[in-house]
Amino acid sequence: MIRTDRILGVVVVIVALVFITSAYNLPQGNLFDKLGPKAFPMIVAVGMILSAAGLILRPDPEADWPATPSLVSIALATLVLIGYAYSLKPLGFLAPTAVAAAILSYQITPRPLPAILTGIGLSGGLFIIFKYALGLGLFAFPRGFFG
Amino acid sequence: MDLLSNLAIGFEIALSPMTLFLAVVGCFLGTIIGALPGLGPSNGVAILIPITFTMGLDATAALVLLTSVYYGAMYGGRISSILLNIPGDEPAMMTTLDGYPMARNGRAGDALVISGVASFVGALLATIALALVAPYLAKIAYKFGPAEYFALYALAFATLGGMASNNQAKSALASFIGLGIALIGIDNNSGFYRFTGGNLHLADGIDFLVAIVGLFAVSEVFFFIESHGKGSSVGVTLGKVTVPWREIWSTRWTMLRSSALGFVAGVLPGAGASLGSFMTYMMEKSIAGKNGGFGTGVAKGVAAPEAGNNAAAGGALVPMLTLGVPGSGTTAVLLAVLMTLNITPGPTLFADRPDVVWGLIAALLIANFVLLAMNVPMVKVFVRILQVPPAILLPGVTMISFVGIYSLSGSYFDLLLMVGFGVLGYIFRKMDIPTVPVILGILLGYQMENNLRHAMTLSGGEWTYLLSSPISVGLWVAAALGFIAPMFLRRYLRKPQMVTD
Repeated sequence: MIRTDRILGVVVVIVALVFITSAYNLPQGNLFDKLGPKAFPMIVAVGMILSAAGLILRPDPEADWPATPSLVSIALATLVLIGYAYSLKPLGFLAPTAVAAAILSYQITPRPLPAILTGIGLSGGLFIIFKYALGLGLFAFPRGFFG
Repeated sequence: MDLLSNLAIGFEIALSPMTLFLAVVGCFLGTIIGALPGLGPSNGVAILIPITFTMGLDATAALVLLTSVYYGAMYGGRISSILLNIPGDEPAMMTTLDGYPMARNGRAGDALVISGVASFVGALLATIALALVAPYLAKIAYKFGPAEYFALYALAFATLGGMASNNQAKSALASFIGLGIALIGIDNNSGFYRFTGGNLHLADGIDFLVAIVGLFAVSEVFFFIESHGKGSSVGVTLGKVTVPWREIWSTRWTMLRSSALGFVAGVLPGAGASLGSFMTYMMEKSIAGKNGGFGTGVAKGVAAPEAGNNAAAGGALVPMLTLGVPGSGTTAVLLAVLMTLNITPGPTLFADRPDVVWGLIAALLIANFVLLAMNVPMVKVFVRILQVPPAILLPGVTMISFVGIYSLSGSYFDLLLMVGFGVLGYIFRKMDIPTVPVILGILLGYQMENNLRHAMTLSGGEWTYLLSSPISVGLWVAAALGFIAPMFLRRYLRKPQMVTD
């Protein structure tokens, strides 16, 4: 039977093999550094393979994954956060924060008006705290927005 | 006496207005963080770290602020356990068992006061014990060479991993993944890049703060999106708060026993506060026997776990300060703070930076009294804060995490990594793969490899050198026991899910 534990185990084994091939090209140790840069990564990779084998051979009962709508919701939240990460610098603090916070808020409790208010409130409130109370160098708007 | 003169140094630092102010702020924030379900000591401290750095606090100040938050969270966790039947953080889980029934019987105020006093007793005794025990452990640690340190790190992974999951393979996997992440970036000994895949952003390695905030704070948002913030409403109302003196006095032995056991549980690497409260509750339950009424809302049932988890929180600072090996998730986060401030915890810390160590201990002693004042007479303030809905709280936490990490490096790449760690944290916690060993691996990976390479260079490549001293043999035996023993004890001692403290 295919279980998430097994899938993860296989992924980890592949990553560990990449680790080993990559470490293989590193130089051997010398007199002043007997082990050199490759030995410890090899040990870690072998450890990864052994424990992943444990997962593949004896997986736990399947985890309690949420239903599809929730998974879609979580995937959407991830995309929002990625978009937020990219836009924070070019678009300034206020607009991206308000949008991202409003979407997350709506996803937790789906009521549009409170969500929008949460977004605006968090964005403005946090900006004031960060900029004036903690002295972080944030930009409210895109640079050059006001000429 | 040494201790008194050291404490005098400590109080001189701790009683400066700035340090006192930070301790009070830390206690206040900590109690809120502990009380709010979804925010615990480890993610609470994690989101505050970047902000602490950008404020430009020095080592003592930063440590005082963050450990006050840590202690405060241990106090605060009980508030929502008692009023909402939802543990405010992991270690407060056992407090729901008797605290919520007490609240339903109309005794919410009594439950809060008794547990607040128990927290105070546990934390105060543990801080005193920390001041007494830590210098001795630091002296022993002077005998440690690279082989012993390598064994010690193995011990930390084994015991923390052994306790953290119900499946040893998953704990081991989490540790190795953490170590693997630590290896990414330039190798300081040889100058070669390792496992960067040619990505320049990875050349300096992955900052452990990014991983910590992602795994602990961002992943929490996904859990709330999944549950739509359900199960965080219907609470019990709190009437007038009075102090039930006689009942507090009747729990005095429970508090003392639980403080002692909790402290020991905290000192052992891996046990931490959650296990501390679990063990103390079980101990008191069996001492009280069937007629003790545990589970129906008795004073001892709230006093035991609260004294236990607060004492464990103090105990967990001992191995972190003296050996540089954290005993729990939150102390791992505190270790990250020290490392970022260029302070190497360990025996030399006590000799080189007595101001940091004793300033911290003195500040914690003061913080305890502040916390007692906040958590008993002023408890109503925090009860009000509990009513912040998750739809505001969790987006707020996420935005603070983003700004915090962004202000450290100013790079969108770190933010993306943080989101990645958030997703990873969600998946791992769903699959009962503990995230604390991952953090531990990222934190200790560099030291662990360095000590191994150093040991091998000293011995000329002779692997038996790792087992050449009684101390290291002892540590390896303890590591093996710590990893294997939980498998056999599991029948009697099922760990509460998702230990993240």
